Amino acid sequence: MTNMNLYSRGDKMFVIMNMVLIGLFTLSTLYPFIYIASLSMSTGFEARAGNVILTPVGFTLEAYKQVLSEPLFWSSYMNTFIYTIGGTIMSLLFIIPGAYALSKPQLYGRRFWNLVVAFTMWFNAGLIPFFLNMRDLGLLDSYFGIIIGFAVNGFNIILLRNFFEGIPQSFEEAARMDGANEFQVLWKVYMPLSKPAIATVALFCIVSRWNGFFWAMVLLQDEEKIPLQVYLRKVIVELSDDEEFATSLLTAAYSVETVTAAIIVCSIIPILLIYPFLQKYFSKGILLGGVKE
Amino acid sequence: MSNDPDFTGAGGATTEELVFDAKEAQRRRKPNTMQRVGDHLKREWQLYVMLVPTILWLVIFLYKPMYGLQIAFKDYSIFRGVANSPWIGLEHFQTLFGNDQFIRALKNTIIISFYGLIFGFPMPILLALMFNEILKQTFKKTAQTIVYLPHFVSSVIIAGIVITAFSPSAGIVNTILGWFGVDPVYFLTKPEWFRPIFVGTGIWQEAGFQSIVYLAAIAGVSPTLYESAVVDGASRWQMMWKITLPSILPTIIIMLIIRIGNMLEVSFEMIILLYQPATYETADVVNTFIYRQGIQGGQYDLAAAAGLFNAVVAFVLVMTANAISKRYSRTSLW
Repeated sequence: MTNMNLYSRGDKMFVIMNMVLIGLFTLSTLYPFIYIASLSMSTGFEARAGNVILTPVGFTLEAYKQVLSEPLFWSSYMNTFIYTIGGTIMSLLFIIPGAYALSKPQLYGRRFWNLVVAFTMWFNAGLIPFFLNMRDLGLLDSYFGIIIGFAVNGFNIILLRNFFEGIPQSFEEAARMDGANEFQVLWKVYMPLSKPAIATVALFCIVSRWNGFFWAMVLLQDEEKIPLQVYLRKVIVELSDDEEFATSLLTAAYSVETVTAAIIVCSIIPILLIYPFLQKYFSKGILLGGVKE
Repeated sequence: MSNDPDFTGAGGATTEELVFDAKEAQRRRKPNTMQRVGDHLKREWQLYVMLVPTILWLVIFLYKPMYGLQIAFKDYSIFRGVANSPWIGLEHFQTLFGNDQFIRALKNTIIISFYGLIFGFPMPILLALMFNEILKQTFKKTAQTIVYLPHFVSSVIIAGIVITAFSPSAGIVNTILGWFGVDPVYFLTKPEWFRPIFVGTGIWQEAGFQSIVYLAAIAGVSPTLYESAVVDGASRWQMMWKITLPSILPTIIIMLIIRIGNMLEVSFEMIILLYQPATYETADVVNTFIYRQGIQGGQYDLAAAAGLFNAVVAFVLVMTANAISKRYSRTSLW
């Protein structure tokens, strides 16, 4: 299949056209990121005038200085780390033992418990009852509320349960002979064998936590507690609505656009750092859990 | 010996004793349910300790709100709470279906989903077919790495990019239009531009990542099919249309069914970030309507009714989709 001599001229044309089209699509995916990065390093004046196309115009790091000098930026960045790390650990503490128990045939009412999990994927009470419930539980404006309130997700449980079910019984027999209890079997036999599946679930959690904004916006009123994404939204919405602010910046070295771009760059960097892992495990995860959008 | 009335069986037990033994053995073999459950729990209690937190979490955070859904049929007041608010039957539903904004939101949800389906569904299939035809592995890997990336970027960032790029003064889109002598357009305030921008952004963000499913299906196609086609002198173009595409058709159909099942799940987070009062007429969907009426406006009961309507329709769609795909593929989606 890789021997190019086998192909006719038509085939060569096809292969080249195909590469050109894929190349164009790839560039169109990449371009907005390059544009934002360049914008963040341009002067406010050039950005306002629409002179930034591909590379920074009038190179300056003023926008970053502005962003990094804002205490709310740092506190929201910290908060995002707290929600991401705390939330992911919380999720794994619930999901791993839960999925393990559900994978065991001797569990009484196993079909019923599985249905209890799966039903939450098909039917959702919706925004309002969830919100009122969080309020009734006293979890508004609370770090703990954000961390616990989104810990479990039916899809992740089923993904991990399927993986556990695929591990042959014979692996745990030796451990059971030695008198290991369920917790030891899970810890010493299943966890090491399931590293890719657990990594996949952990990465799912990390990405959804890092990127999550809607519920953080709804549940957190206290500015001290908001995560980065909510802060970014505030900047975008409030700065662009605030004409006075926008005009006062006309002469400054930075503008609404360059400041927004700089925050975007700052918040993408951690995702880029873990991206190699994401790419490795996510495609596996999609296929492990069956098809799900 | 044979007519000895006190005939005793083996071990010297009397008939009565034997009968008693048999009953005892049966009792031991089939302990009553209570005892059986007790024994089981004594042996397997650790499994239940592992299961309970997850189930409790689901009950507290997902099933309790389902109980709370009853406010859709009640005149809910915060002070009375869910259980003590008075029932008012279907009043909220009558209000909703007489509400132009709700009808508009319903219409917009369907139209936006439909655009997403028509323009967004074929894209990842096309991409997967094209990726499959790339012979240079380094080129392929690099391109894939780049097109998967937007999937992992948050909707706030994507919205920030869109708002910046389409801005009337500084945005690149208007700069380019300016080269052709077009006056700046404030795209995000124009109702007619909202759907193209929203659907286009969705495709830009997700098409690459969604192609993974199809690439996996293509990887499963038997190489012998291509080998014999090459012997028959088929071109790559012909092989793509006549072997690859038909081979992944089952995957395509299942993905299509799932997609239709999730019709009502328009990514409203992105809409909240991109829409504004000027574009509500084309942008407002059911979930953004619920957000504005309920969480921002405090009309919890009415908004919950809209949510219940949404959830029931979505449930029916998903269940139907699952049943159809079960019949089609003989395997359920979950």
